Amino acid sequence: MKKLKFKRQYFAFPYTAISIVFVIVPLAIIMYYAFTDKYTGAFTLNNFSLFLEPSMWKIIGISFLMAFLTTAICLLLAYPLAMALSRIKSNKTFIIVMMFVLPMWINSLLRIYSVKLLFNEFLSIDKGFFLSLIGMVYDFFPFMLLPIYTSLSQMNKSYFEASYDLGANAFTTFRKVQLPLSVPGIVSGILMVFMPSVSTYAINDILGSSQYWLFGNEIYFWFQKSLYNIGSALAFVMLLLIILSVFISSALNKLTEPTSRKSKQEGDM
Amino acid sequence: MKRTKSKVASIIFITIMALFIYMPIVLLMVYSFTTSKTIGEWNGFSFDLYVQMFNDPEIMTALLNTLIVGVVASLLASIIGVITSVGIYSMKKTGRKLMDGITQITMVNADIVTAAAFMMFFILVQIIPDGYATLIVAHTVICTPYVIMSVLPKLSQLDPNVYEAGLDLGATPNKTLWKVMVPQLLPAIISGFALAFTISLDDFTISTFVSSSVDTIPQYLYNKLKFKGVMPVLRALSTLILVVAFVILITINIVQNRKKKEKTMF
Repeated sequence: MKKLKFKRQYFAFPYTAISIVFVIVPLAIIMYYAFTDKYTGAFTLNNFSLFLEPSMWKIIGISFLMAFLTTAICLLLAYPLAMALSRIKSNKTFIIVMMFVLPMWINSLLRIYSVKLLFNEFLSIDKGFFLSLIGMVYDFFPFMLLPIYTSLSQMNKSYFEASYDLGANAFTTFRKVQLPLSVPGIVSGILMVFMPSVSTYAINDILGSSQYWLFGNEIYFWFQKSLYNIGSALAFVMLLLIILSVFISSALNKLTEPTSRKSKQEGDM
Repeated sequence: MKRTKSKVASIIFITIMALFIYMPIVLLMVYSFTTSKTIGEWNGFSFDLYVQMFNDPEIMTALLNTLIVGVVASLLASIIGVITSVGIYSMKKTGRKLMDGITQITMVNADIVTAAAFMMFFILVQIIPDGYATLIVAHTVICTPYVIMSVLPKLSQLDPNVYEAGLDLGATPNKTLWKVMVPQLLPAIISGFALAFTISLDDFTISTFVSSSVDTIPQYLYNKLKFKGVMPVLRALSTLILVVAFVILITINIVQNRKKKEKTMF
């Protein structure tokens, strides 16, 4: 075992170098552009002045409303489904769970297209905020389901039995035992749904109306217009939001699981 | 009595959710076999849309681009991913944590931020020509973490005694690594490759930002869906991609699941 470890760590160096050049440096470039003037290259905060405009506040408001509704609906649908799935006692469980998780790996545009066909063409529902919301829920649902299902199915069932033995009914057991234990799954589900719904633009472009422009659309717009400094400022804010959400979720995870150390939310795939 | 009731309720709920999730996809697939302009009217069964698709040079180019970028990027990602996994596996705790952090960046970051960062980088560093090169570089970088995610856990599960045996039988450490250990990892490498390919196939945002001259299928779809009205041929194209994706995914899952079952048998 010891011998295996000799100097082999150098094998990780090429990838580290690639990551520095193609991931970290580009993010640094974004930050640089966000804080510099387009023409002089001098330090400036002007690129962020967009955030002082009411129109921008409307975009941010709608984005967060959309992301909040998407996350809430996904959670309300995914939790009971994950519970139902974790209860099945059958050798087919794997196939049933896979059926729900598979769409996660299918191209999101294809799924959006199928939603467009169903609602826009088949049911003649017009494009707009509502259809965009349906598209988002449809697109991000598996990302909520998988972490919650993982945390529920890995739960030690004897906790529930202990709870019943101590006289709790099914609801109390759910509220006092199962729900708290599944918080890491919920947190990671929320993280995987909320941030992508803030930053996506394709769904809204295809299913929504231009009246409800989202934050992702705004970022795309400035880069498309080759106004990189303002675009970078927006992307930088997005990056901060993501970093913030990662910190919040890891803090929440630490708070809620003082006993078990293992909470890796890696599902079947 | 109460148990069976809640069980029935569970099954009904699961079925309804499955119907909701698959209804749009099934509808899309069914209507790919009729030429009607919109979904809802049935023009009789035919393969016309498929014929139309294979005769559309724009679609064929986009398909070919997707395939080239996907295969090259996932091959590169698999090679880099396996080498890196061996490196990370041999690291001490701090090194592992650091590498874990690095691999997480592109996975956690929003696609649009990663995409914008790539775009700015490629604009500033003009060595990499726009098109296939930028697409392949970007896709390789975002796919590699998924290969590592697939290979690294398997590497830790390998029996170190087999490695010792290789050494005892006179193989050099490097030879043992590549001739004894890596072949045992082959299933994990294959599923890593398939995963990388799926990620590449799935990507839309990053491709849009890094390549203006070469369009992949998702870019083609987006442009058509956004700027054009109804295009029945897209139904055939989507069905084709869905079927390919499902076949790849089901294969990965069956391979992984069989591995898991073998493990529990011991």
